[in-house]
Amino acid sequence: MSAGYINLDNWQLGFAALLIVLNLAISVWLRLGLGLGRSLLVASVRMVVQLLLVGFILDSVFALTTPLPVIGIGVVMAALASVAAVRRTRRRFPGIYWNSLLSTLGAAFVVTGAALAGIINVHPWFAPQYAIPLLGMVLGNLLTGISLALDRFMQGVARESGVIESDLALGATRWEAARPLISEALRTGMIPTINAMMVMGVVSLPGMMTGQMLAGAAPAAAVRYQIVIMFMIAATTALGTLAVILLAYRRLFNRRHQLCVTRLHTIGRTD
Amino acid sequence: MPSPETAANAIPIGNASSSATVLLQARRLGFAIDGRTLWHDLDLTLRAGERLAVAGASGSGKTLLLRTLAGLEPVQTGELIFHERPLSNWSMPAYRARVVYVPQRPALPEGQVEAALRMPFQFRVHRHQRFPSNRARELLAMLGRDEKFLQQRTERLSGGEAQIVAMLRALLIGPDVLLLDEPTASLDARAVGAIETLVESWLRAQPQRACVWTSHDRQQLQRISDRVLSLGVVA
Repeated sequence: MSAGYINLDNWQLGFAALLIVLNLAISVWLRLGLGLGRSLLVASVRMVVQLLLVGFILDSVFALTTPLPVIGIGVVMAALASVAAVRRTRRRFPGIYWNSLLSTLGAAFVVTGAALAGIINVHPWFAPQYAIPLLGMVLGNLLTGISLALDRFMQGVARESGVIESDLALGATRWEAARPLISEALRTGMIPTINAMMVMGVVSLPGMMTGQMLAGAAPAAAVRYQIVIMFMIAATTALGTLAVILLAYRRLFNRRHQLCVTRLHTIGRTD
Repeated sequence: MPSPETAANAIPIGNASSSATVLLQARRLGFAIDGRTLWHDLDLTLRAGERLAVAGASGSGKTLLLRTLAGLEPVQTGELIFHERPLSNWSMPAYRARVVYVPQRPALPEGQVEAALRMPFQFRVHRHQRFPSNRARELLAMLGRDEKFLQQRTERLSGGEAQIVAMLRALLIGPDVLLLDEPTASLDARAVGAIETLVESWLRAQPQRACVWTSHDRQQLQRISDRVLSLGVVA
């Protein structure tokens, strides 16, 4: 192999897995309960299987030379992310999945498309080697933002319906009544991204940058990619959470400035 | 003396004359929740100067009726008319600025009482008027509270005190119709009297005003209303 990095064989993966087995052993030894150990095990196995599969798939994806299949893969990725985002929230309203899909798709595609075609100047613009990993990173962060913001907004509507309706009863428009909740939800959705940017390079070396450097890229070049991707993540998260919260707002506050709190219901558990 | 009437044929008695201007009118109002009909074909006419009481057992939908009149619940069947215009022709905030609902357990924003009282004046619909600071202190004095009450934090208020703040807040924005849902439920006898006097003086200060009360206290309903609308009488 002529690449500037070390290829990992199965033995090396096995040794890495030992790190987790060690933790499992400790948790069994201390009788910390099966729950945590089992989740750790399931998560580890899932991670390994999913990644190995993706490795195979990406080999053929990166060979694609027409835009349509690449876009199709992007849509599937966005759909999966939007479902995962909703599934982490504790409440539901009719249309929540569509709202999440629309916001995820819109925000991720606009920002990734702009970055590919306008900033990084990839040729062709859909080059899967760039498009798919960038979209994936953007979606992973957007997912967290959307689920946090949605959860906070729905919780706010449910818990503070009294205050909201008092405002409405005194002549507030639905926007005036909902605005504090909306800005609170957006703030919550942006917290992980802002925190990450705050400490980036100081506390944490981001995964993509680490990966590029492991693959032999000069740190100064890797850093530039990281800056672009962080702006992409921040922009997508801001755009996507704003969209999903505004759509939720239109669902839960109707045109007659009434709060439709009955459209909101709690679900048993989240995963 | 008010007399119980059925929802379908509430007739005004007492001192509100039937020639006074009709402020708020409900025609053939119906409300069902989870497949259960709470009331149907409910007609209601509220004239200027009138004090209407809504009576009925728990679960008969008194609160829902007031909320419907306030436009907080969608009108399921029938229609509401305010100042001869159907509710659908009113901008909701403008309507609610004039027909104000005070819930039984008011929810106040966190912060000082004075901030809670000032809050509605930030809404677009009230921006043409300024917070009547002196009037607030006047009304507060009538309720036996002094200046210090304005500096208290709303989170620390008792249920009764929260009712007083909510009532005050409603009165200060100058509505035409007050919809009061058990407004004195958590108050002691003296405060009850003060609230009743307050509403009465508000009502008499201008001719084009009216109010609707609900209460579990029959004696109170007799004191404060000209007529009673009984829910749950008609099948």
